[in-house]
Amino acid sequence: MRNIALCLAIAAIAAAGCSSTDKKDEPVVTDRSSGVATPSTSSTTSGTRPTTPGTGVAVVDELRNPNSPLAKRSVYFDYDSNVVKDEFRGTVQAHSRYMGDKRDTRIRIEGNTDERGSREYNLALGQRRAEAVKKVMTVLGVQDGRIETVSYGEEKPQSPGHDEQAWAQNRRADIRYSGE
Amino acid sequence: MKQTLLFFAALILSLAARAQLTIDITTSGGRQIPIAVMPMRGEGGQAQSVSEVVAADLGRTGLFRLVNTVGISPVPTEPSEVNFPDWTTRSAEALVIGKVEPAGDGRVEVRFRLFDVGKQAQLASFSYVVATGQLRATAHRIADVIYERLTGDKGVFSTKITYVVKRGGRYELQVADADGFNAQSVLASQEPIMSPSWSPDGSRLAYVSFDQKKPAVVVQNLAQGTTRVVANFRGNNSAPAWSPDGRTLAVALTKDGLTQVYRIAATGGEATRLTESSGIDTQPNFSPDGQWIAFTSDRGGSPQIYRMPAAGGPAQRVTFEGTYNVGPRYSPDGKSLAYVQRDGGRYRIALMELATGQVQVLTEGSIDDSPSFAPNGKMILYEAQVGGRGHLAAVSGDGRVRQRLTSAAGDVQDPAWGPLPTN
Repeated sequence: MRNIALCLAIAAIAAAGCSSTDKKDEPVVTDRSSGVATPSTSSTTSGTRPTTPGTGVAVVDELRNPNSPLAKRSVYFDYDSNVVKDEFRGTVQAHSRYMGDKRDTRIRIEGNTDERGSREYNLALGQRRAEAVKKVMTVLGVQDGRIETVSYGEEKPQSPGHDEQAWAQNRRADIRYSGE
Repeated sequence: MKQTLLFFAALILSLAARAQLTIDITTSGGRQIPIAVMPMRGEGGQAQSVSEVVAADLGRTGLFRLVNTVGISPVPTEPSEVNFPDWTTRSAEALVIGKVEPAGDGRVEVRFRLFDVGKQAQLASFSYVVATGQLRATAHRIADVIYERLTGDKGVFSTKITYVVKRGGRYELQVADADGFNAQSVLASQEPIMSPSWSPDGSRLAYVSFDQKKPAVVVQNLAQGTTRVVANFRGNNSAPAWSPDGRTLAVALTKDGLTQVYRIAATGGEATRLTESSGIDTQPNFSPDGQWIAFTSDRGGSPQIYRMPAAGGPAQRVTFEGTYNVGPRYSPDGKSLAYVQRDGGRYRIALMELATGQVQVLTEGSIDDSPSFAPNGKMILYEAQVGGRGHLAAVSGDGRVRQRLTSAAGDVQDPAWGPLPTN
């Protein structure tokens, strides 16, 4: 399990390395994020928030932009699995890149499970999913201390149903930025 | 040979108070003690019939058969008035009579007598002077005496249970009498509440609160209503379990990565790590003698139950059948473990006898969770999810007696049976 997560993380790095040149829509995102990042690139100024109010507004805007890859916050998992699947790698990369640019951002990754099984054990399983996403992000360069992983177990289902379709929606990890 | 009794008394009375639980009971096989519980003289003028509560308590255990008392006239209230041959004809083996009389200052004296019909002998006689508001509690005490005299085991009718009610997006932690009456909300939140656990003296509840937008462990003093966050480390804080002396809690924390078991003071403070695995270790539970902690771990690939010394140290695997055995709870005598076992796609409550390793699956649900022993060890209370909605249910240790506690209140989760009263 752990080896698989590591392999995926390495694969993610490889993908991150070439994505900005390969894909057509990626450069737009890169431009936007680097544009926002410029004022705070000198990390010494990032702590002086009151003097750079424009930065704060820009950060909020980018995270709220529905067209930004950052709008996607959820990674979905297979049953009984905490493997971050390929289709969600782009989302995790985008957030890792953003956090690489925004050195003062912190996130909480919230793991979730479907309703089957024991409540407390599901809490632990949800946290392992959150840890799996965190591992990918730390391999991509985000510092460990900026990511807290927590779990809601089966307590906060996205879908209220009791079938596989609902369960698939509920096996997920959500990325939430501090202050949101 | 299946017999279903519906307790209409509980049902009718429950209409008066919302959030009450009603109890269906099913028994199969086994001998039931035929007992006649006579109406008590003077109880008709009281707000609460004592004999009805006594009869319902005894009937609910599945160990007694209530003998019809309709048409008995005059109603005996003194030993001299008992016609033993008549009760033998009615095949009653035990008989309860009593009276409720004013005792001044708005108090009443409740006196009851228990007889062995065959021997024509009195087995017990007690009198209680109580406020009229205590009649229901007094009836439970009487039922406790009768149960213990006739079965040899402690009665648990004066105990309390706690559970979480989910209604819409609102969560309530409720405490009720063991028969589901007098349900009171001790905590309400817009965030989930999980895993309530009674302190050994019944004065406090430890539980998991999500009020911090993540799981934290809180201890609430029930009499004072005060709460204290005792574990709010980085990451998750959950699965509180009391040590038998009530001073420490075993908890599951993720502050060092994946979920592991730690020990903290019941008042909070530093956490001492007890397990050192690279997987998930959670759901700790102390043995009644305080020597061991049973817990769930997936260190061997699938979640199984292990036990280790209470101070930490090498763990031994306890469960070997199947690929999912979680959430262990020691029986009050320390000889058995109840836990959740997955069999196919179903999650059921199983009971293992530790000396032999023999396992019996006790329940028949699809998602059963959170087993909790009655303090006399005879019944196991648990959550049964049906159609995505939680109900409380209870099953005897031999699987013979089943109770289903239903509530109109909503989704009822995570029950825990409180200790015997200390007085």
